[in-house]
Amino acid sequence: MKYLEGRKYVIQAIFIAIGAVYLIKLFYIQVLDDSYKTAAETNALRRVVQYPFRGLVYDRTGKLLVENTPVYDLMVVPKEAKSIDTLKLCQLVGITLPEYREKIKAAKAYSYVRPSPFLQRLTNTEFAAIQDNLVDFPGFYINARTVRGYQHSSLAHALGYIGEISPRQLEDSTYKGYRQGDYLGISGIEREYEQYLMGKRGVKYTMVNVRGIEKGSFKNGAYDTLSEAGQNLVTTIDLKLQEYGEKLMSGGKVGSIVAIEPKTGEILALVSAPYFDPSLLTGKELGNNYMKLLRDPTKPLFNRPLMATYPPGSIFKLAQALIAMQEGVLTPNTGYPCNWSLVKCSHRHEYPANLNIAIENSCNPYFYQVFRSVVNRGKYRNVYEDARQGLDNWNKHIKSFGFASSLDIDLPGEKKGLMPSSKFYDRIYKRDGWKFPTIYSVSIGQGETGVTPLQMANFVATVANRGYYFKPHIVRSVGEKGKPLPEYSVKNYTSVDPRHFPPVIDGMQLVVEKGTGRNASLKHIGVVLCGKTGTVQNPHGKDHSVFIAFAPKDDPKIAIAVYVENAGGGAIAAAPMASLMIEKYLTDTITTAYRKRWEHDMINGSFYKWTD
Amino acid sequence: MRTSYKITQNIDWVTIGLYALMVTLGWMNIYAAVYNPENVTSIFDFTLNSGKQLAWIGTSVIIIIMLFAIDYKAYDSLAYGIYWFVILILLGTLVFASPIKGSRSWLVITESVRLQPAEFAKFATALAVSRFMSGINLRQQNWKDQAKLAGLALLPPVIIILQNETGSALVFAAFTLAFFREGMSPLILIIGAVAVFVFVLTLLIPQWYLAGIVTVLMGAYMWLNFHRIKRYLPTYIGIWVAVLAMVFSVTYFIDNILQEHQQNRIKVLVDPEIDPLGVGWNVTQSKIAIGSGGFFGKGFLEGTQTKFDFVPEQSTDFIFCTVGEEHGWLGSLIIIGLFMALLTRIIFVAERQRSVFGRTYGYCVASIIFFHFLVNIGMTIGLAPVVGIPLPFFSYGGSSLWSFTILLFILLAIDAHRKLDLGRE
Repeated sequence: MKYLEGRKYVIQAIFIAIGAVYLIKLFYIQVLDDSYKTAAETNALRRVVQYPFRGLVYDRTGKLLVENTPVYDLMVVPKEAKSIDTLKLCQLVGITLPEYREKIKAAKAYSYVRPSPFLQRLTNTEFAAIQDNLVDFPGFYINARTVRGYQHSSLAHALGYIGEISPRQLEDSTYKGYRQGDYLGISGIEREYEQYLMGKRGVKYTMVNVRGIEKGSFKNGAYDTLSEAGQNLVTTIDLKLQEYGEKLMSGGKVGSIVAIEPKTGEILALVSAPYFDPSLLTGKELGNNYMKLLRDPTKPLFNRPLMATYPPGSIFKLAQALIAMQEGVLTPNTGYPCNWSLVKCSHRHEYPANLNIAIENSCNPYFYQVFRSVVNRGKYRNVYEDARQGLDNWNKHIKSFGFASSLDIDLPGEKKGLMPSSKFYDRIYKRDGWKFPTIYSVSIGQGETGVTPLQMANFVATVANRGYYFKPHIVRSVGEKGKPLPEYSVKNYTSVDPRHFPPVIDGMQLVVEKGTGRNASLKHIGVVLCGKTGTVQNPHGKDHSVFIAFAPKDDPKIAIAVYVENAGGGAIAAAPMASLMIEKYLTDTITTAYRKRWEHDMINGSFYKWTD
Repeated sequence: MRTSYKITQNIDWVTIGLYALMVTLGWMNIYAAVYNPENVTSIFDFTLNSGKQLAWIGTSVIIIIMLFAIDYKAYDSLAYGIYWFVILILLGTLVFASPIKGSRSWLVITESVRLQPAEFAKFATALAVSRFMSGINLRQQNWKDQAKLAGLALLPPVIIILQNETGSALVFAAFTLAFFREGMSPLILIIGAVAVFVFVLTLLIPQWYLAGIVTVLMGAYMWLNFHRIKRYLPTYIGIWVAVLAMVFSVTYFIDNILQEHQQNRIKVLVDPEIDPLGVGWNVTQSKIAIGSGGFFGKGFLEGTQTKFDFVPEQSTDFIFCTVGEEHGWLGSLIIIGLFMALLTRIIFVAERQRSVFGRTYGYCVASIIFFHFLVNIGMTIGLAPVVGIPLPFFSYGGSSLWSFTILLFILLAIDAHRKLDLGRE
């Protein structure tokens, strides 16, 4: 049997061969092939983005406008959510059994072992109900995060809202760094100041087990970065004034109120009516509420102060006077007859022997003739060419007031409006197809003019400043002690010399003292208010009521534009509202009994008692 | 017989040293596998597998002492008795045990202590087979003896398959290596190897192509060597027919004979990517764990894949993943090196036995350990199908540790008295 001994080598060789094959294979997968290391990291390392607190937003007096409130999502891990009392859970969260099955199915479709949202944005009551019973439902747990919250119901348009990033934005390189499911500002301040509010995200690497349950930090957090909370914003808004303005514009009125502090360009109130509660666009019902607002025929989502362009009406006469004086074709003492030749006047009044009387009575023929003297300079023998040159010269001046261009407010969606130039009319009437009689209605702020309420307010602030404006803005500081963005601390001078402003301002004083704007007088509190009414003809219905004003005359603290659609003459709605706003802002209260009644009538929209 | 014979002088301390080293390393890796960084417990904690394994190790020492204390001749003379006793228990378990994970193979002693008699069938069968071999001459073409031997070796696995523990049953194929050493025709080994080879090819190549390739190759061979082999032509044609039959039966075998999870394990072996989250999960995760270890490993208790449940059965069948992940290729080298050393030493011990019984038993031990090594490590690195058999001395489990301890130390007990054996050869 000796020869069989050799077989021990065969057996040995088989053992050694297998051992060697295994070591070679192991060397290959452990040392040469790196893909397993990557796979192991994907397996057990989770990159958790640490969302910072979004910055808070305050009003100018330190009241909180936007805060963060916690919301709770009910999450589910389908693998662990077995053998639970389904019916009881459905009762707790208020869903039906088929809904439950559908949600579980959706969760399973995402992952059997990883958590996915079962019910998002639970209300506090739902949360409380579930929280106490959660132990009975393995596989279900609560995930807390924050959404925007409001302690008031104002300023929705300007504040804006946040929402989930859209697929289109995800592909856009400006949104680099955002991931699917991230929230970002969609409109208003939230969008404009996104980069400050969002803060800096942190990344935490945690180890997870096969079911996605966290199992502690990776390498003691050596690769983690901390999140930094977003910067708070202090806005220029006076919440009290804003709320007051919204109250005045309530009850289905359509229009805008824009109040600006002339010395700084800070927006004190920015009312867009109809308005809505900002908390509608947060929390569980965001989607539904948004669709409701979108379908509303009164278009509450439309941010009128910035986006609605209207003919300015008679308030435009002030600008015409300023430009004419700058051009040297008008002096404060120029008189034109109220001749009703081409344009009628709103009412019979004394002969406008000077600019003051013309402004006081808002004399249409006077300003028709003023504008004609600006446009038709007689510099060219060709009347068409003369009008072209005159109009373009005028256009240059009017643009220096911020019309027909964006005022670069720190809010999205601002419209430019329209001030006609020769090119504009050339397009409509062909070159040499128009001259002054074609365009005369521009003289009184009708015709081919479009101005946003913001531009109107900026205009009256410019008048209050006697010739310059700060670009209107809504954020006065990024961070509690910061500054506004640099472009908002630059004086923008108009092309009209400051010396031409006092005569116009005097006229505005007369408007309130004895002219068309008597309803706006603040004599009872000893404040000289300067204003100008406007009644904008509306081919589709009742006239729009316009009023611009600033006060006090010698030390303007507030400039305001009120535009109420379909309310009639400027004197009956816009003027009283503007004066109430100014009184409220200057004295914090409405004093006398008759003013209180006015206030009541304004809120109710009982404008009929008010006639020019 | 000298009365002053000291067995301590003749005990093979090298094997004992290897055994002690492997069991200790196994114990530490079991601790690493169940280690929870959030809730650190002692390696001795009895609620953990590591604590329990220590208890199994302790009892193993008692078993070892008992094995040495028993009269060494009893292993030979009681071989059949032990064998039939274990067969009885296997049958009893099959009939009376309540199924655990679909398998009627567990004897429940207490809630946490269960024994698997199939584990003990290995050494019992090894003893019986060795006893039988010592009485016959395998080379003599005695049809009856060969059938009896085959019966002895096949009876336990048949019962075990009925218990639904196919993995444990496969181990009994290892006895062919011992038979080979004792004179079994190498043809059987070669046929076995060819069968495995054809089986794997059938999985990789569609059966009609494979049949064509085999036919062309064999036809060409026979044509070119026609004059040399024409005497054996019927044999060659027989081989050809057999291979073709096998090719065509493999698909039938896989689809109709194997259970679904067994089919999957074979399919995954060929293509681990078919369903990495489902049937391929074990193999995929096991390879990720081992592969992420690199050359030096992540360090003791630093593995993420094994710790966080990505790898299933981490402390039992997939214990090698913990080694591979935490100790890298170096750790793999040490473990495989230890097995090579142990197997070599067992063969050395077997060869120095004076009796056929002792030698055959030694080879049975080596073959069984080798088979476990082959399948267990092979499955963790995707070279063998996932078969639930433990890695000797490393995997957690009382039955497994006890049975391997008994298997090995009966050999050492016999070996310690080898000089007293006059030998029959």
